[in-house]
Amino acid sequence: MPRILGVDIPPDKRTVISLRYIYGIGPYLAQELCERTHIDPDKRARELTEDELTRLAKLLEDEYVVEGQLSRQIKQNIERLRNIGCYRGLRHRKGLPVRGQRTRTNARTRKGPRKTVAGKRSVKDK
Amino acid sequence: MGRSLKKGPYVDERLLAKVERAEATGSREPIRTWSRACTIVPEFVGKHFAIHNGKNFIKLYVTEEMVGHKLGEFAPTRTFRGHGGKGAKAVKK
Repeated sequence: MPRILGVDIPPDKRTVISLRYIYGIGPYLAQELCERTHIDPDKRARELTEDELTRLAKLLEDEYVVEGQLSRQIKQNIERLRNIGCYRGLRHRKGLPVRGQRTRTNARTRKGPRKTVAGKRSVKDK
Repeated sequence: MGRSLKKGPYVDERLLAKVERAEATGSREPIRTWSRACTIVPEFVGKHFAIHNGKNFIKLYVTEEMVGHKLGEFAPTRTFRGHGGKGAKAVKK
């Protein structure tokens, strides 16, 4: 199994697809990487040569932010918002949607599972 | 949607003038303002503001990290009193 940047071991799929198993690489960037390293995107990942792997790793390391570094960057950005006490930071602190979505209903991704309140009329009753 | 780069950040000119006056006189007084939509520019750093939230003026000391945000982001307009708890039923009736 080929390894790129330490931990990532994409299986025997096409290179464009398996690159996307690395955190921070999506459809677009996967395509771009293949083009820039002159690797056939349809070639299976397991068939990549040692040289091709190093080329990919080098390009990623030098010019892109992926994996741990990326998640650290994202966390830092959120941490900054929390600390300066701006509206977006407050929303992050409270675990509510940050970008002005409604919260009367929905917003379950941010709020987590429903906490039913006894005696409160449900949406259906209205 | 973001603002057109061509226009540059929105900065209330009268507020900026106020800031510059405070800078010149070395005044430490919080600058009262209603222009919540005004972007915080580097000139504002280290100044005290009192931003209107529709009712009161919220004090804010501007730090470097706040540059690029709007003044209004730091003066919440809503107060959340909480859901449920004891006596919640009584309040409802």
